[in-house]
Amino acid sequence: MPGTLEATPLNAVHRSMGARMVDFGGWDMPVQYTGIIDEHHTVRRAVGLFDVSHMGEIEIAGPQAFDLVNYATMSAVSKMALGQAQYSALLYEHGGFVDDILIYKVAADRYFLCVNASNQAKDYEHIVAVHAATGFDAQVDFASRRYAQLAIQGPKAGATAQKLTPVDLSPIKYYRFADGEFAGIPARIARTGYTGEDCFEVFFEPSHAERLWKEILDAGAEFGIKPCGLGARNTLRLEAAMALYGHEIDATITPLEAGLARNVDMSKDFHGKAALEKQAKVGVTRRLAGFEMVERGIARDGYEISIAGSPAGWVTSGSPSPTLGKNIGLCYLPADKAAPGQTIHVSVRNQPVAAAVCTTPFYKRAK
Amino acid sequence: MIMYPENFRYTKEHEWVLAEGDTGTVGITHHAQHELGDIVYVDLPKPGSNCGQGKPLGSVESVKAVSDIYSPVSGEVLEVNGDLVSAPEKLNEDPHGAAWLVKIRLSSPSELEGLMTAAQYQEYLGAH
Repeated sequence: MPGTLEATPLNAVHRSMGARMVDFGGWDMPVQYTGIIDEHHTVRRAVGLFDVSHMGEIEIAGPQAFDLVNYATMSAVSKMALGQAQYSALLYEHGGFVDDILIYKVAADRYFLCVNASNQAKDYEHIVAVHAATGFDAQVDFASRRYAQLAIQGPKAGATAQKLTPVDLSPIKYYRFADGEFAGIPARIARTGYTGEDCFEVFFEPSHAERLWKEILDAGAEFGIKPCGLGARNTLRLEAAMALYGHEIDATITPLEAGLARNVDMSKDFHGKAALEKQAKVGVTRRLAGFEMVERGIARDGYEISIAGSPAGWVTSGSPSPTLGKNIGLCYLPADKAAPGQTIHVSVRNQPVAAAVCTTPFYKRAK
Repeated sequence: MIMYPENFRYTKEHEWVLAEGDTGTVGITHHAQHELGDIVYVDLPKPGSNCGQGKPLGSVESVKAVSDIYSPVSGEVLEVNGDLVSAPEKLNEDPHGAAWLVKIRLSSPSELEGLMTAAQYQEYLGAH
């Protein structure tokens, strides 16, 4: 419905720069500027800039902030150092995903959560409910309106970002962050991303968004930086086999099925743990797997999969891979038929087209 | 400003047809390729097959989307542009020329009269 879409502070800038806009989960967002393939290669080879201000932020602070975050999420929050970010998720009692999130440990008594745009209200309500049920001494604050977020992604991300901050970025490792000045304003500078490349993401006060967008494009000009849209973000994350809520994960899927067991801390107590313990005991019946098309055709989200003529699963994400020059995808398959080498058939417009299960990620950058 | 050739006829689904004698050359419009973005896959019918006006003729896919192609005219498929199988990006580069899709032997040439002229198509684009 036109007129009801949410917009980031950069909406007018995207339009003035010629981006093609789409409705992305209720947000009016740029899907592409120059073209998805060109933007994709720019991120793999140089550096791209993404407006990801639609992402949500939730802050949890107080004497028992750790206890609340640790109980509300699936991952090993106790192992986090100050200045560390961790991939995690909020789970329902039955083990399905409320959302996948990043946790940033800002202080011993303060955590910052970055959550998916279209899930942010649901996530906040979920945490508030868990908070009420546990009674931990902490405040849960819906902070999305206080932050814009820009993602600088690609091998030249560090060189670009470093030009705009006095903070030495070289000691900041992958999934670490620092708070400091960026383009003259206070910011959270995190080496996190969603493309499989080197990356820096910057959180800051939204009124500065337009100026920072332009300063980052200026700083990266010598490296060939380009503004990028969600189309390239999707092909990049798919090559890196990173999950997208609503595709690989949702309320009906558990972390064990989604191949995220290593991100779950089964030694702690957390919301949804009992369901995962039960599932681990009997074993998962379906599993997320990567595949490459063998015959000609492109698998798309939602296409059905068969094995030896029988229904076997569905494609969660499918696309041409600009880096590999192949057609790839992620899918759910019976757990005993999800090993690399397995032949599957993707139903492309009612025609079975052969594909083969392969290892993931499809793309891994050279370190 | 993109020029839509005057000697083509156009459909609301953004295909074009150029009739020469009893043969119609069919393609997708500049507008269609622009809306799709980077085209990475083209699926075309087999020569010898018959197609009906308004019926699916094949499909083109961009990185992001799949789009059916509907035949602007009825008839037998005489020839398909095999170059597009290995180089679908040509559809982005020259949709009104080298990247034609199929040639069809027109079984009902009067169908052409129901299609839009270049001026009508551009007006149609302006209104959508």
